[in-house]
Amino acid sequence: MELVQIQRRLVDYTKSLFMEGFLDAQFLQLQQLQDDSNPYFVFEVVSLFFEDSEKLLNELTIALDQPNVDFKKIDSHVHQLKGSSSSIGAQRVKNACIAFRNYCDVQNIEGCLTCLQQVKQECYLVKNKFETLFRLEQQIMASGGSVPTIELGF
Amino acid sequence: MARNGGVAWMRTTEKIDGYDLSTSDTEEVHVLAVDDSLVDRKVIERLLRISSCKVTAVDSGRRALQYLGLDEEIQKKETNGFDGLKVDLIITDYCMPGMTGYELLKKVKESSAFREIPVVIMSSENVIARIDRCLEEGAEDFIVKPVKLSDVKRIIDYTTTELREGEQREGARARRRGINKRKQREGDDDLSSSPPSTLSSSASSSPSSSIQSAAAPLSPSTLDSPTRRLKMTSSE
Repeated sequence: MELVQIQRRLVDYTKSLFMEGFLDAQFLQLQQLQDDSNPYFVFEVVSLFFEDSEKLLNELTIALDQPNVDFKKIDSHVHQLKGSSSSIGAQRVKNACIAFRNYCDVQNIEGCLTCLQQVKQECYLVKNKFETLFRLEQQIMASGGSVPTIELGF
Repeated sequence: MARNGGVAWMRTTEKIDGYDLSTSDTEEVHVLAVDDSLVDRKVIERLLRISSCKVTAVDSGRRALQYLGLDEEIQKKETNGFDGLKVDLIITDYCMPGMTGYELLKKVKESSAFREIPVVIMSSENVIARIDRCLEEGAEDFIVKPVKLSDVKRIIDYTTTELREGEQREGARARRRGINKRKQREGDDDLSSSPPSTLSSSASSSPSSSIQSAAAPLSPSTLDSPTRRLKMTSSE
């Protein structure tokens, strides 16, 4: 495939992620922080997020499995996950965390378990999306091209 | 000034890692960033560096105090604690385990050595009571997360302005002292007139247009921040 075609595909793919709510404007903020001196910035931050989220999701799974559920601890973990997902623009993960915290507030274990599944699912989905995104970027860079960024208000 | 070898838990993003030989006279603002989230630390660090700041990022309020030399449990003989660079601005997350950003703010404002350093609080929760509490305790500003480039640029711009004005005020004061001394020697007892101020607080900041989000334009001298507007419009 020609460079121009891959670049086009990346732009369209990125736009679709916004349309489907996977990403929000904060992701564009991250892209603005990437340049020739820091060409992998977005990739690095996103990678950090997934390392972080994996740990948090494991802790949450364990915490909800306890005979006496510590809702304060769970809330703290979800708050963290909400924060970091928000920082990278992973909107659906963030929203799932907000719902999770609501069930935490009322100490509803069933609700929390459902939400945990939801959050895991959203993390899994957006991770796949990012992988596709980065793969396209890699192809572009390998062909010597520059990664196009999309404008606000497209 | 002697420097120690740098400690594992903090990172100064200059390539010369802790052995920076520049003084605080340089243009660059040195920011101490405090956040327990690794993702957020990486982002804020980049936001600050892209805004031409030197950054030291730490993961807790405790580490921040250690860096400043305010940790009670560590005896400091030198005034500079860990011999870090002079800090021009502290930007800290509110919600952190152990010491919250609010508690860090209080400790900084209680210290005679560091109370002049502006402290900015970041929080994902946009709670008016929380914002007010922080501002009352002396916070310079309050940013709602996620932090955007425009937020950082606004803060750096007025920190730079205040630093520059502070230096100009110092210079003007020193000049007045010099002139007064001369007048005393000449037997002139009219000390009330001071020389015309050379302060011209025209801090021209031109935000790079292409990366501004649709936020309010920067006007550092009027401190055009949402929190200030908020404070002015809230009923007493």
